[in-house]
Amino acid sequence: MERRLFTYIWRHSLREQLRIIALIALSLPFYFLSLNLPKLIVNGPIQGDGFADGAARTYYAVALPDWLGGVRLFDGLDLDRISALFALSFTFLGLVCINGLFKYRINVLKGRMGERLLRRLRYELVDRVLRFYPARLRRTKPAEVASMVKDEVEPLGGFVGEAFATPAYLGGQALTAVIFIMLQNPLLGLVAVGIVSIQAFLIPYLRKPILALGRQRQLTARELSGRVGEIVDAAADIQANDTSNWERADITRRLGRIYDIRFEIYRRKFFVKFLNNFLAQVTPFFFYAVGGYYAIMGELSIGQLVAVIAAYKDLPGPVKELLDWYLDKQDAQIKYEQVVEQFAAEKLIAEDMHAPVDPGPLKDGIEVREATVADDTGARLLDGVSFTIPAAAHVALAGPNGGGKEAAAALIARQASARSGAVVVDGQPIDTLPQAVTGRRIAYVGQDAYLFGVSLKDNLLYGLRNQPRRDAMREGPAAARAEARHAEDRQAGNAPFDAEADWIDYSLLGCDDVRGLDACLMRFVALAGLENDVFRFGLQGRFDPDDAPVVAERLLQARALFKSREMSGDVDIVEPFDAQHYNNQASIGENLLFGVAVGPAYAPDNLARNRTVSHLLDETGLTRPLFELGRGVAETMVEIFRGLPADHPFFAQFSFIAAADLPYFEQLLARLTSGQPPSAEQRARVLGLAFDYSESRHRLGLLDDEMRGRLLSARHLFNARLPAHERPKIAFYDADDYNEAASVEDNILFGRIVYGAPDAQMRIEQILQGVIAELGLKDDIARIGLGFHAGAAGKRLTPSQRQRLALARALVKNPDILVVNGALAVLDPQAQADILGRVAGARAGRGLVWTLSPGQDSAAFDRVISFEHGRIAGAA
Amino acid sequence: MSIIDEVEALRRIPYFATMDSAKLKLLAFASHRLQLPLGGVLCREGEPGDAAYILLEGEAEVVVKTDDGHDVVVAKVPKNAFIGEIAVLRNVPRTATVVAASPITALKVGKDAFFQLLRDVPQFALEVMRELAERLEDTTDRLREAQGRLDAGK
Repeated sequence: MERRLFTYIWRHSLREQLRIIALIALSLPFYFLSLNLPKLIVNGPIQGDGFADGAARTYYAVALPDWLGGVRLFDGLDLDRISALFALSFTFLGLVCINGLFKYRINVLKGRMGERLLRRLRYELVDRVLRFYPARLRRTKPAEVASMVKDEVEPLGGFVGEAFATPAYLGGQALTAVIFIMLQNPLLGLVAVGIVSIQAFLIPYLRKPILALGRQRQLTARELSGRVGEIVDAAADIQANDTSNWERADITRRLGRIYDIRFEIYRRKFFVKFLNNFLAQVTPFFFYAVGGYYAIMGELSIGQLVAVIAAYKDLPGPVKELLDWYLDKQDAQIKYEQVVEQFAAEKLIAEDMHAPVDPGPLKDGIEVREATVADDTGARLLDGVSFTIPAAAHVALAGPNGGGKEAAAALIARQASARSGAVVVDGQPIDTLPQAVTGRRIAYVGQDAYLFGVSLKDNLLYGLRNQPRRDAMREGPAAARAEARHAEDRQAGNAPFDAEADWIDYSLLGCDDVRGLDACLMRFVALAGLENDVFRFGLQGRFDPDDAPVVAERLLQARALFKSREMSGDVDIVEPFDAQHYNNQASIGENLLFGVAVGPAYAPDNLARNRTVSHLLDETGLTRPLFELGRGVAETMVEIFRGLPADHPFFAQFSFIAAADLPYFEQLLARLTSGQPPSAEQRARVLGLAFDYSESRHRLGLLDDEMRGRLLSARHLFNARLPAHERPKIAFYDADDYNEAASVEDNILFGRIVYGAPDAQMRIEQILQGVIAELGLKDDIARIGLGFHAGAAGKRLTPSQRQRLALARALVKNPDILVVNGALAVLDPQAQADILGRVAGARAGRGLVWTLSPGQDSAAFDRVISFEHGRIAGAA
Repeated sequence: MSIIDEVEALRRIPYFATMDSAKLKLLAFASHRLQLPLGGVLCREGEPGDAAYILLEGEAEVVVKTDDGHDVVVAKVPKNAFIGEIAVLRNVPRTATVVAASPITALKVGKDAFFQLLRDVPQFALEVMRELAERLEDTTDRLREAQGRLDAGK
């Protein structure tokens, strides 16, 4: 990348910059005309100069200047005073419009140019990150890079538009004024030039330390975002180590440093400002003193002096703005350098390595010759080893942990590079092959494979998104819009690929199209032993019946079948939702709503503050009894939990009231006992407790049959009265309808599990499994499970699920050689062995490389290579 | 049956009689109430010991499978007794099955809550110890008896 910002701007926006400068030049004559016109209007028609005795004057005559021969091009119009007034006024109006339009057009062009360049710069930065070698990436803090790409380059976009146009424009203006003064009186001209020169040299000199401080500010701010990112990532470990105060101290120290820098900048900046203003004001002093002296002495006419002072008024503006521009330039340059420096890696992966090509299958396999691999400290992980991995064999890499098998596995998958020696794939050195070969024909699963914050399905398909396979289907205006967007992408030098195209290569997967995709993916999921988890996710997941009405229909059948099975047992384990009955297992809030909240308005936590609900309670006279009920709950909670320490696990498990809120309720209860009325907020808090209450679960004896009846009528009233615009916020329970806001399992159970029923969970599980198998719903539920969102970096999954998913993702790629490098380390040995058996079976006749833990059975492999102390200890 | 009734029932158990009412409420609140018909299974042999039980109403029988597959009742659990705490304490699977000998009501104290209560409520820990000591004494008696019978048979 260009080291200097100006070179970068020049290189990527030369044509646009020239266009804007030309437009500015074109606009200047109109600008000067509009400045001149008021004088003409005032002196001419208004004051009547040259209109003596109703005579007409000639306006709009156009002639070439004398030095071009003074030829008259247009003789002009003879106008009387009134006509002249209106003609000149409308001309003025016209010029105002023209100037405005010029300004608008110039600003639009500047803005577009700036945004394009900003976009290009950001893209190039990310592109460089994609081309960093792993060793470089290990030294990179993600949050810092993000802050650079997002925030630090942002001001550059604004500067790009000003980079050339501003000095051209303001410089011209200032120069005109200086020349004008010089013509009036050279001495005063020299004074003006002198002071401006002092400004021009002194101010930047004083600004220098400010710029240096600005550089520090940028660095410290970047480090701060790096640290904040680290704190978020390490949140669990910080709590586990009780080091939150250490983190607080560290952040405090950093903020203190940033404060010092910023305050220093502030102080210096205002001093410079003061000096600048002072110098601007001191010039008139010279004009008055020196100019006045000459005027008194008769060497300068009063008119000239006034004209000089008037001309000087126009000078500080442009000069000041020019100085500002210069400082902006310095600032932008520093920002640019600081960012580019960070992204200037000593060695980048060559661009053609990332070319989208379709490599053929590997024929021979991988050969490692005398390869040495070292870690960052120079310690040798592999020391001159040679071995071959045939394309269709199952090879185990064995030996003690850390003995070299891990480095060997990483080496053949291009995850590590050899310091000396060579890795040869099908006769070609691995470093010279496009990533398409190693990335598609070889799959690698390491111990901490990264999972993306998308659905399980998208994670599984990730390895197939190598290049666009089929263009996105667009028609009419959408197609035109896309075309325009791509043209703009190219203008900014962005990637030529369409993210909305279909990128998935189904041929690799072994299924032909989207329809068979989920079943196909589930095969790999099963190989990795993740199918039960996916199934569980499916049961807990939500799904939109409009997506697949047939599935919704079947799930409703499952509901009916489940009910009949459940009824045949001797004990009720599920109390069904019934519009005509109070559900004793559900909370009061759920009973009132008789549905699932969609969005926050009717969510359990907000119910007590919801206005529609409050109105309903007031109308049905339920506010009072519910408040008393909530008060009863609060009293019991305060009594039971008062003595417990705040971090006691019972709070999280059993209490309605968080430990931190206990004193609040204690005070509130005392207030109520003394007869004071509760505030609106307090009322809502107490009602909130009531809404959470379920008699069968909490057993505080606060709910009787009469109250149940009243709540039931309130439910009916609520449903009948709910205005149409509020309806979409609740998915009501309906025995004949799929409830899209509830989970699949809840839809099948369609009720609440009975508290205290022995073995309820186990029996429900049994019936559920039976019903699902009988109705053939397994695939559908698995499909919903595949839609489960893995969370940021896959954090919603357990470590074991993450490792299994990463393995499944590699299997989905259907590579020629699959390299599994300690990728199942968190699983117990039996589970590892089971998966190995299944994967080996599925990959019969294809390449497989597996690092074995000491003691793991290697019988199933064609070859075993043992590593010890970075050397091969034996091969069989 | 509300938590108040449960607290009353717990108080009828001699050991809990002196326990603070708030603590008894906590115990009741932290546990699940179970109701089983005659013949209902409270816990099964071989299952993980994830909870202890306090029998509030009715009686239960402790059943063990013999080597030849027969069920043998080895003990009766009277009302107001503690049961199943050994599996929780030792973190081993259930060594026997407990079946309701009449319709029963029991409080199920989950493993975590059980340990937490042991830590927080000294009286509760004392009750559990007393129960275990009693059972040990009972077992020792029966062992002595059996030993005596064996010696007599020699």
